[in-house]
Amino acid sequence: MKLKFIEEKLMKGVMLLTTLLVFLFVGSILYTIVRNGWAAMSWEMISSLPGGGFYIGKEGGLLNAIVGSLYIVGASTVLGLAVSIPVVFYLNVYLKKNSKRAAWARLAYDVLFGIPSIVYGAFAFTIMISLGLKTSLGGGIIVITLLIIPIFIRTMDEIARELPQDMLNASYSLGSTRFETIKVVIRQIAPGIATATLLSIGRAIGDAAAVLFTAGYTDSIPTSLGQPAATLPLAVFFQLSSPIPEVQERAYAAALMLTVIVLVLSLLGRIITNRFSKNKI
Amino acid sequence: MRSAETYEISRKTSVVRLLKDKMAGSVMFAFTMISVLLLILIGFGLVIKSMPILEEKSLWELLCTSKWKPMRGDFGFLPFIMGTLWVTGIAIIWTLPVSLFTAVFLTENSRSWVKKVVFPALDILAGLPSVVYGVWGILVVVPWISDRLAPHFVEYSTGYSTLTAGIVLGIMVLPLLISLFVELFSSVPQEFRDASLSLGATRWQTTKYVLLKKTFPGIVASVTLAISRAMGETIAVLMVCGNIVQLPASLFDGCYPLPALLANNYGEMLSLPLYESALMLAALILFVVVFVFNIGSRLLLRKIERSLT
Repeated sequence: MKLKFIEEKLMKGVMLLTTLLVFLFVGSILYTIVRNGWAAMSWEMISSLPGGGFYIGKEGGLLNAIVGSLYIVGASTVLGLAVSIPVVFYLNVYLKKNSKRAAWARLAYDVLFGIPSIVYGAFAFTIMISLGLKTSLGGGIIVITLLIIPIFIRTMDEIARELPQDMLNASYSLGSTRFETIKVVIRQIAPGIATATLLSIGRAIGDAAAVLFTAGYTDSIPTSLGQPAATLPLAVFFQLSSPIPEVQERAYAAALMLTVIVLVLSLLGRIITNRFSKNKI
Repeated sequence: MRSAETYEISRKTSVVRLLKDKMAGSVMFAFTMISVLLLILIGFGLVIKSMPILEEKSLWELLCTSKWKPMRGDFGFLPFIMGTLWVTGIAIIWTLPVSLFTAVFLTENSRSWVKKVVFPALDILAGLPSVVYGVWGILVVVPWISDRLAPHFVEYSTGYSTLTAGIVLGIMVLPLLISLFVELFSSVPQEFRDASLSLGATRWQTTKYVLLKKTFPGIVASVTLAISRAMGETIAVLMVCGNIVQLPASLFDGCYPLPALLANNYGEMLSLPLYESALMLAALILFVVVFVFNIGSRLLLRKIERSLT
């Protein structure tokens, strides 16, 4: 057999191996998290606050972290949507295609998207200190909002750029202004908004570095924006560093909760893209 | 008479509508500007905050000495910079071939059902939170290194090492690199491949001489982007890297990357003079590297995209 055919076979084998390796990683991570997390999971873990002696292995659950995470993710998703939808409209309806200004703005969002969350956190932390604020739910919400705005804008913008100019022109020719054309646009990019939201929620709920600085950690559920709030990723992080096995187990339970949430989000995202996109992969 | 009236009314409403259009436009413009300004604001904020230490010590001294004793006012960033470089380097070195081969497999060799299985798996990998990777690293990679791998090379390793961090970080970068490469390879026109195949080249030869050659600048840009993403990864690396302030002598030694420095010390940084400024300098270093790498690679990728279509 000619050398090139041997090489072809060989390389195909290598490619198959690397692809299997990717699956191996996914499988190993999911298996490890589910096996360890399931053993530590109980109704108490989801439904109760940390009791006295929680951190030396006594009774209690992670309700504080679950509620804290939900507060932060919910509020920052709403705020993020409120900021990024107007920006996406501005870039795609108000500015012309191939506009220089839009190109620069997109580059800025790309860079913002790339900035590590720890830098966001450190930056927000110093601002909060100079304003005399303590770590709080409000601080966490603001920093997570800033963190997910670039994700929102980039994901929605990608869909909005596909809008045919003819569709906008049809709306203009009926006499509507650019602002009124938004009604047409929003219907068209609705699936994009949905996937962007799911992506942002995923990133917001899993981020630990930024909330470490800004939201702090507490054993109770915050009742105002000024109180610190616990989050699930930090619950994993802090309890895993404990030397006591019972406390470490709770970290596995929290990690399992996070993983399940992310899996559900990614499944929903798949369903939405499959249902609404015309050209499937 | 009547028609003049309706004309008047419709003129008025159209004025209102145009006004609404203008106002909405300026509000949207303001939102866009503010969000873009955030980038500049972060940069400036970090520069101002790290000024105090830069006035006291030269940048050269800070970046190239390795003594880190905040109590005595010694701030040498070299161990942290080396830690970041080592961990990122290891991660990229092993993920680059893996992601290249996988991306080639997905775009050039596989049937569509393979993609339908692989892409969701990559989605999961991309979506998993950093702490979950950290937990997996501690439960799987750390014992593997300390019990299986390290005894062949060194006398003793805790398993919390530079290599562990590199492995975990690499897996986190994989989905990003693969999706960038897949996008890149899909943008190469099918005619190029057909031309090569019709000359009798095998698929791999086509990949090697046409695809990889044609997309080489894009591959460089994608890797740069992945490096900048990897450098800022905090929690997962922090959990498995050992957090020892030293210049790592072997892969099985612990290290201490820049993001871990920030995350571990933010609480006590207010108690010491210059400490806050030093940590903000660490954040600034990360910011500048990520900024430059991102802009460079994005502009390059954009140029390539335009040249291919």
